[in-house]
Amino acid sequence: MARVWKFGDDVDTDQIVPGRYAPYMTSEAEFFRYAFIEHRPEFAQNVRPGDIIVAGDNFGCGSSREYAPLALKKLGIAAIIANSFARIFFRNAINLGIPLFEDRAAVSALADGEEVELDVANGLLRTASGQIQLRKPPAFVQEILAAGTIVDYLRRYGRFPGE
Amino acid sequence: MAEPKTLAEKIISRAAGHEVTAGDLAVVRVGMAMSVDSIAPSVIKIMREELGVPHVADPERVAIFIDHVAPACNVATAEGQAVVRRFVLEEGIRHFYDVGRGICHQVMVEENLARPGEVIVGSDSHSTSYGAIGAFGTGMGATDVAIAFATGRTWLKVPETIRVQLVGDLPRGVMAKDAALWLIGKLGIDGATYKAVEFHGAHRLSLASRLSLCCMTTELGAKAGMVAFPREELEARGLPAWLYPEPSASYEQTVEIRLDELEPQVASPDDVDNVSPVSEVAGTRIDQVFIGTCTNGRLEDLQAAASILRGRRIASHVRLIVIPASGRVLKEAIADGTMLALLEAGATIGTPGCGPCIGRHMGVLAAGEACFSTGNRNFRGRMGSADAAIYLGSPLTAAATAVVGAIADPRSLL
Repeated sequence: MARVWKFGDDVDTDQIVPGRYAPYMTSEAEFFRYAFIEHRPEFAQNVRPGDIIVAGDNFGCGSSREYAPLALKKLGIAAIIANSFARIFFRNAINLGIPLFEDRAAVSALADGEEVELDVANGLLRTASGQIQLRKPPAFVQEILAAGTIVDYLRRYGRFPGE
Repeated sequence: MAEPKTLAEKIISRAAGHEVTAGDLAVVRVGMAMSVDSIAPSVIKIMREELGVPHVADPERVAIFIDHVAPACNVATAEGQAVVRRFVLEEGIRHFYDVGRGICHQVMVEENLARPGEVIVGSDSHSTSYGAIGAFGTGMGATDVAIAFATGRTWLKVPETIRVQLVGDLPRGVMAKDAALWLIGKLGIDGATYKAVEFHGAHRLSLASRLSLCCMTTELGAKAGMVAFPREELEARGLPAWLYPEPSASYEQTVEIRLDELEPQVASPDDVDNVSPVSEVAGTRIDQVFIGTCTNGRLEDLQAAASILRGRRIASHVRLIVIPASGRVLKEAIADGTMLALLEAGATIGTPGCGPCIGRHMGVLAAGEACFSTGNRNFRGRMGSADAAIYLGSPLTAAATAVVGAIADPRSLL
């Protein structure tokens, strides 16, 4: 089972990993332990691999720092479901192979702390009260995620998505 | 016949080598791929170790800056910078700008590394700034920039465009930053997500003001922010003859900014769209005033601050930190007396670079403190303690605030 970590609107990348805890300032081996250190201090300690983040509008706004989604990946976040994503965060997360779903109905149906099961490949979410079929990401995003990461994609196909 | 195109569609079509319109996926030639000290170590690692590409595709189309923590503040950042300097030597990268040369976005323009009509990719979100000179500048993460280093190309979805029409002239005491904050207050911090912003009527503003406007489109979530230059002015400005949006191009929406009716604006904690006229927050006590950043650290900005601070002293409880956007700006501000006026008023000067904007050095905030910054973000915890407050505004408003010791309307001191 996966725990839902629910957040509000406009979660910025300074909240996900503050600039002073960047790998550049600390190290590759520890920066992800500071995820949400001020916004939600219990998160990094208690999150389990396979858990999912659910958020409102504009998740990941602000800085271009890829170490924000990278921290979430290193902590084992299996997917992020939000009303919408900020554009650089969206690119970075997909490039790193983190499945993202934009689905307003699912966001409003899910509560913080809820235990769910997510079938990422089929976008199927099983909750205590039933099943939710998530809106599928665009085809080029599905292609990248199927390969793993954008680096895996380029190494396998030798071309960009849509080329 | 091809559809009438926006600036974004025209520039991306050129860079792709075929006609594209909003919504298309395009693979494009990157005119310049830019990175900075805080991200370049990751870019280098991803390029060499993950992509397995030993060298950049074209060292002439790579630019690297030491600006985010300049000079290094601890061993970790010093090691990261050493990695970058080694890479620059190994790859024969000429466009490398070390400690003190300045903020990437300012120097990219000073050194003509961002060129009109090209797609510029930077590992810093405020790469939208290059729209001020007619480039399509966009921020990306370390992996995307590593791919641009390795291949000289990137891919993107052609954005829809929001047309912003500037009407009238800025009144005394009001700056381009105020117009940008007003627009963000109106559209919200996701008001232009995945979209481009095209400014019409902004060609009459100075380069510094245009850079400030385009820089701030990032705070609307925009992919790019660009100034549309009138077709009849292109030649005189040395811009490509095709670099104009078609009059009948299709826009997602049009927004008008009445510059002549604008008051100084302030963004209050903790989001950039929490904007109000300065009168609504005037009197809020401030501990630190920071004048600088890629948004507002240019000569015009320092001169604006000096116009208020000359012959005055800052309030006794305030510290005023001034960080010029580049070494060139610093020299010019020394030569014309601006720096002396700021120092005599009680300011202190930092090494050209990003300064305390990202909360890493040179002015980190304690719990309970309030900072008035000319920067671009006031997110909780950005400049230090999560219990510090950050207010954003123009250099004029920042200078007035430093004098009064509380947020103040600069028009009362001009």
